Parts: sequence; C-alpha cells; structure tokens
Amino acid sequence: MASNAAVPFWRAAGMTYITYSNICANLVRNCLKEPYKTEAVTREKVHFSISKWTDGKPEKPTLRSDSPEE
Amino acid sequence: MLRRAMGLLARPIAASGARSFSTDLPAAQTADAMFVEAWNKVIPNMDPPKTPLSFMQPRPATPSSIPSKLTVNFVLPYASELATREVDMVIVPATTGQMGVLPGHVATIAELKPGVLSVHEGNETTKYFVSSGFVFIHANSFADIIAVEAAPLNQIDANLVQKGLSEFTQKLSSATTDLEKAEAQIGIDVHSALNSALTG
Repeated sequence: MASNAAVPFWRAAGMTYITYSNICANLVRNCLKEPYKTEAVTREKVHFSISKWTDGKPEKPTLRSDSPEE
Repeated sequence: MLRRAMGLLARPIAASGARSFSTDLPAAQTADAMFVEAWNKVIPNMDPPKTPLSFMQPRPATPSSIPSKLTVNFVLPYASELATREVDMVIVPATTGQMGVLPGHVATIAELKPGVLSVHEGNETTKYFVSSGFVFIHANSFADIIAVEAAPLNQIDANLVQKGLSEFTQKLSSATTDLEKAEAQIGIDVHSALNSALTG
C-alpha cells in the first residue's frame, strides 16, 4: 500500500475535508434561484451568545453571528 | 483505578473472539446481552439502563437472492430527502466517476464530488445536484447517501453559475498562495459541474 497515495489538491494545499465540503456547499447555495436561495441562507445562519464569567458571576452576554452585522 | 478499567474492558473483548467485518454482521442480537449480564453481576438490584443499541432497528439481513429493488436513504443535514425509498437504480457522482448502483451491488463506500445524483424508479428519473458527501452501499441492497447540500436541478440559476465560473477562473489566475489557488480551483470545479448539470 502506498503510504503517500495521490492526495487531492485541496489537501495538498493544507485544507481539511470539512473545509472543502463546506466551501462546496456554500458555492452551491449561492447559485440557487430565489426563493430557495434566501431559505438556504437563513437556514445556515449561526447565532450564538457568549457570556464571560468572572468570580463565579456571568457578565453581560454578547451576541455573535457568523455574518458581520451591517 | 486504571488497572480495574483495563480488567473490565479486557473481559468482553476476549469473550467475543475474532472480529468479523461490519458487512458480514447479522442483525443485532438481543440488545447487548453481554452488557446486561455484566451489569447484573455487579448491580443485581437495578435494571440495566437502555443503551443506544436497543433503540436502533437492526439492519435487515443480507438476503440470499438479489432483491428486486434498491432501498435508498438520501439525507441532508437539515432534512431527509428520501427515507427508505425503494428504487430501481441510482447514479451517484463519485470521485472516481458516475457510479450506477443497482440492487445487489457489492458493499462500497464512496466519496462524492460535486455532481448530479439521479434516482431512477420505473420510468421516472429525479435529479439532484449534490455539493459533496459520501455514499455507503451495504450488502443488503440499502444505500445511504449523505450530502451537505443538494438541490433539484430546477432550483439552480444558470446566470449565477456562469457568473461564478468566470469569477473563479479570474481568481485562479490572480491567486498567489497555495490556499487561494486551491479555493479558486474548488470554485471552478463546482461551477463547471453545475454548468454541465444544467446543460447536460
């Protein structure tokens, strides 16, 4: 068994499979027709709120999302 | 403490003997009988907890003659497109080329590239564009297709595909680092696959 079998070009460039797969999925989503495109984009939005804790008490949480809010 | 854990782990492994291939395993026996036995020896008063194995339906056994239909599960992270649907054939876009899967196909695991998945049932064909994923074909003529993103061909906008293709071709020529080149190449691959899916 070849230990250095031909690697895909993205792995040779240092990308992992997950990154590759997510890039492909994003590109496909961007090529959809409306209204499917807006549905896909809203479905994939990620929001989370982070609260830092100091001295056993939570501070005010901050809302984050993966798209920069205009 | 660790030595006791090793002792506990060693017992079931030694008892089960040689490991068989996952494709040859029969339908799961009574939900982990060995676990229940071991539990009852140590804690006879309490009922053993249910394990995930007891919730799972056993895999249908491999029939001795080739079944007439292929059972397909086509799932996406947010929905299951096809759930145990009986079809005649599916053609999946594997990295090694378009692979046709018929009932009785040999057990295979294949990685998918961006391309068209077509499901053939009787005289109808349904086509989806799949961004990437995997297909697991089991010996009992069940096929599990998992994709990150998939859309029927009529939901894809040809203008956006052309725009994307020219944009990424341009990015490839202006790319400097390996990573940028790889990203541009991925863009070109996906958009040209989309293009041939729409025109082919």
